[in-house]
Amino acid sequence: MTNIIKIADLHKSFGEQKVLDGVNLEIEEGKTTVIIGRSGGGKSVLLKHVIRLLKPDSGHVFIDGTDITGLNDKDLNEIRKKFGMLFQEAALFDSMTVGGNVAFPLKEQTKLKDSEIKEIVADRLKAVGLIGVEDKMPSELSGGMKKRVGLARAIAMHPQIVLFDEPTTGLDPIMTEAINDLIIDTQKNFNLTSVVISHDVESIFKVGHKIAMLHEGKIVEYGTPEEIRGSKNPVLVQFLSGNTEGPIKII
Amino acid sequence: MNKVSTAIDNLGRTVLQNVEEMGKILLLFISVLSWMVRPPLKLRNIFKQMEFVGVKSIFVVVLTGTFTGMVMALQGYYGFRMFSAESLVGSTVALGMTRELGPVLTSLMVTARAGSAMAAELGTMQVTEQIDALHVMAANPVKHLIVPRVIAGVVMVPVLTIVSDFVGILGGYFVGVVILNINSGIFVKNITRIVDLDDIYNGLIKAAVFGLILSLIGCYKGFNTTGGAEGVGKATTEAVVLASVSILVSDYFLTAIMF
Repeated sequence: MTNIIKIADLHKSFGEQKVLDGVNLEIEEGKTTVIIGRSGGGKSVLLKHVIRLLKPDSGHVFIDGTDITGLNDKDLNEIRKKFGMLFQEAALFDSMTVGGNVAFPLKEQTKLKDSEIKEIVADRLKAVGLIGVEDKMPSELSGGMKKRVGLARAIAMHPQIVLFDEPTTGLDPIMTEAINDLIIDTQKNFNLTSVVISHDVESIFKVGHKIAMLHEGKIVEYGTPEEIRGSKNPVLVQFLSGNTEGPIKII
Repeated sequence: MNKVSTAIDNLGRTVLQNVEEMGKILLLFISVLSWMVRPPLKLRNIFKQMEFVGVKSIFVVVLTGTFTGMVMALQGYYGFRMFSAESLVGSTVALGMTRELGPVLTSLMVTARAGSAMAAELGTMQVTEQIDALHVMAANPVKHLIVPRVIAGVVMVPVLTIVSDFVGILGGYFVGVVILNINSGIFVKNITRIVDLDDIYNGLIKAAVFGLILSLIGCYKGFNTTGGAEGVGKATTEAVVLASVSILVSDYFLTAIMF
């Protein structure tokens, strides 16, 4: 199994606050890797480094063997074409319709005809369980629907890698299940490498082929869901049990 | 002694911050210029912004322009009457509108209406990760969001200034000729005798510079928003204050160079 993403000794601080303190992680191609950790522990920061929305203080991120930390904008854009990303609040463009949002990457990056784009948009929306919503504005959608549209947009270009930033946060239990199923289905159907950031314990085991625990700026445990469940690492034991006593300090 | 050194320290810090900010705005301007010449131009976005900055500002510009011309005529009349030079009211209004008040008032109104909206809209896009989404989709946010707004500012503020100049002079005519009974022929003759085309052109050049300033600062502040709804509010306020001050300060220097 090849590793499509390799993170090597990644460090990042914001002022005095050290968020990433030497993260090492390799992500397998065609699998779903879930990165877990407490809220505010740097998971989203780590994810943003993978697509270089943030630049590290030191360390490297390799995508398909290419170190993206020092790339210029043009080369970086070529790498970014391999990616789709579902943001925490979906980050749909308010000024565009649902159809316009999903069509956006296709219009930007391809020379497809409008009719072809329309077909792909309908297909991707269908893949996330939405039909006939192309003309709605994002403000008319519920939180769960926004995330579905966000996912449709993320997979519009049929990317190799999709990043999910807390896809189930803020959703009711039924919608959480629906989104989890969607992550699993799209991963299979589009043969994606998925990286999911989450702190929702049930979702982690449902969607993840591999799970990594981020604690105090480092990956402290990495393995299959079974290995993680059986781990004796006190950080993991506390995180999974939701105990307030333990190495994870409540600030 | 400690208080003095703290004060100097704070002053130095403020100066450094402002210089740094000016540098960043300049870098953004260079980036805008470089993206402006790279095809494809987002014509749809440009026209949308031109409509927002220009067409939708006409009402407020007409209102402020008309009343400014009217009050100038009224004040001018009382002043000139003291030495029986009421006939100069028209040319004073026209010169004042074309050289100064047309471009300055128009750009201040557009700053309040559109500059603030630019900061608020881009600020909201920043805090809701929409700008990150553009990056992820390999679309440059400067090209998509800032270039159309800057083009709209540079093109539409001069157009609005022409409107403001026209209605200002018309307002002055109404007060001078209709209300204060200045001879219509003399009123108009003095305008054409004293106001040069250069006065109008220079006023329009000023307006283009002000349009650049207000759109660039509005976009810069929006782009650099942090901290949720409060951050958006702060960015909007800072954009309006900084753009208004910059317009008035640059107006002095432009006037000194041009006239």
